[in-house]
Amino acid sequence: MGKIGRFGEFGGQYVPETVMNAVHELEAAYDKYKNDPEFLKELNDMYVNYASRPSLLYYAEKMTKDLGGAKIYLKREDLNHTGAHKINNVIGQLLLAKRMGKKRIIAETGAGQHGVATATVCALMGFECEVYMGVNDMERQALNVYRMELLGAKVTGVASSTGTLKDAINEAMRDWATNIETTFYCIGSVMGPHPYPEMVRDFQKIIGIEAKAQLKQMEHNENILPDCVVACVGGGSNAMGMFYDFIPDKSVRLVGAEAAGKGVDTDLHAATIARGRKGIFHGMKSLFLQNSEGQIDEVFSISAGLDYPGIGPEHAYLHETGRADYVSITDEEAVQAFEYLSKTEGIIPAIESAHAVAAGMKIAPTMGKDQIMIINLSGRGDKDVHQVARYRGVDINE
Amino acid sequence: MNRINAKFEELKQKNKKALITFITSGDAGYETTEKAVYAMEKAGADIIELGVPFSDPIAEGPVIQAASERSIKGGTTLLGIFEMVKRIRKNTDMPLILMMYLNSIYGFGTEKFFNLCKECGIDGVIVPDMPYEEKDEIQEFADNADVINISMIAPTSHDRIGMIAKDAKGFIYCVSSTGVTGMRSNFATDFDDFMGHIKKCATIPCAIGFGISSPEQAKKMAAYADGVIVGSAIVKIVAEKRENCPDSIYEFVSSLRKAID
Repeated sequence: MGKIGRFGEFGGQYVPETVMNAVHELEAAYDKYKNDPEFLKELNDMYVNYASRPSLLYYAEKMTKDLGGAKIYLKREDLNHTGAHKINNVIGQLLLAKRMGKKRIIAETGAGQHGVATATVCALMGFECEVYMGVNDMERQALNVYRMELLGAKVTGVASSTGTLKDAINEAMRDWATNIETTFYCIGSVMGPHPYPEMVRDFQKIIGIEAKAQLKQMEHNENILPDCVVACVGGGSNAMGMFYDFIPDKSVRLVGAEAAGKGVDTDLHAATIARGRKGIFHGMKSLFLQNSEGQIDEVFSISAGLDYPGIGPEHAYLHETGRADYVSITDEEAVQAFEYLSKTEGIIPAIESAHAVAAGMKIAPTMGKDQIMIINLSGRGDKDVHQVARYRGVDINE
Repeated sequence: MNRINAKFEELKQKNKKALITFITSGDAGYETTEKAVYAMEKAGADIIELGVPFSDPIAEGPVIQAASERSIKGGTTLLGIFEMVKRIRKNTDMPLILMMYLNSIYGFGTEKFFNLCKECGIDGVIVPDMPYEEKDEIQEFADNADVINISMIAPTSHDRIGMIAKDAKGFIYCVSSTGVTGMRSNFATDFDDFMGHIKKCATIPCAIGFGISSPEQAKKMAAYADGVIVGSAIVKIVAEKRENCPDSIYEFVSSLRKAID
């Protein structure tokens, strides 16, 4: 890392002047509390007693035998309260918001998992909560919309442009600029202006820290490390959370699975690493899918959570430096993995996480039986059952 | 001398306020924008801001968002806008500023962008998603092309005002209120305090923008500054009248001119 808030050349603080002081205020608050024992104690207490951490590291024995290669472990973030890794970050940010004296929380959501996590912790901690969500995502994730409302949040549909995650972020940023004095913007991924990419990663790095320790215990070997860890990447928060503690362990291959939609050679994908180039958008310099004049592309994925035209700046850096590999997984491959894990292990993964499972299914057979792979199961798939049924042409009387 | 600086010199001599008007380029076609620019000049606008439509305009309210979307759907491109500017430049010597998002510069190619600005006769850029700390992204290229990078100051800038004002060139774009562009019925900002602070630090002219949509508001704001910026109210006329907008824009801008003189 060079300049503050940069990962190589990626990152930065490209936001309107109106929000600059708020960004600096957040930066100062985070710097003050990130190593504060009281803050960390409260964070850990909520991780354990509210989010139900640590999440299991599960040995997927049937899958391992079936694929015939590496020994596969699943990091079960789907077992967290609210059913995904998103709550790790929300707890951290809202504890910070409380210390900063903010009263109102806004968030964007794609699949609805971050929105649900935000609405949940807001209910617990007594914050007013408004969640922005693209109208197309509201349709494909109707269950999560109702969950958020049930939790007392206001869900505001965003119809502009593609009606997906990027538009929800645009609208949340507009709200933030308008209500800057009272409102805390709880960003759901390792993206946006500094300090968000770093802060969200820090609140998610518990995933990799736990997985590393759990593996040692389960393998009864203090020196063991996985040979490969796999996670899906939209903005990239579960992947950064899983990767971060392994970055210094050079023997560990880090693999991010991005959404290839109908295929990276079609116009219908969200494969930022495969097809994007450097740009500056949503507060950060990173890689984006864009045209020759810098207009942000419309993207496509069966997964509302991966349906984003950019990627967190630290992933752009890990890609550029070659520390992590990124592969593209099509809708069809993700749906097959969704079905495979359900039938093989009795675990229905989120369609986002199914991209990681699909990548793992491709890589594991190429590895030796003495090697170990950890797949981050970032969320559970209840929310996606309708969507997958629709994809398969099954009418389940919605 | 850069046309923006020359214009403010001229206005100072005449003891007049600057009227700066905005239009989204290519909304209802390049030809409509071109005609609207001439109508605004004739009606007494001093400086024109040409909006470059962006797919994701995070600093804009609904009116300019909709205009950007219409314009992009209609086929507007940055290269097309530069061609239009070349044509406009043949007919007028008034200062022309591009208001745009940073990725339309960076994603297009910063050096190529400023070369085209110079070639076509652009005098300044306003980039709302590029704060003071990140201005090195374009500053050197802009300087080499004699294009002024206009600085913005917001009601939330507080202790940042001195730093921004010290380096600002051309004029300072003073953002009337927090939030996005668009028409407002009232302003929460204490302008005596806000503009007083800026004036104390600034050695160049200051113009107020965001939310000014009527002659009455323009007059009120002009009292605090060296100029006023009007955008969404004009874009709304384009939305309603499409190709027939120039006459109505002429009427409206004339009423603004009258109000601030």
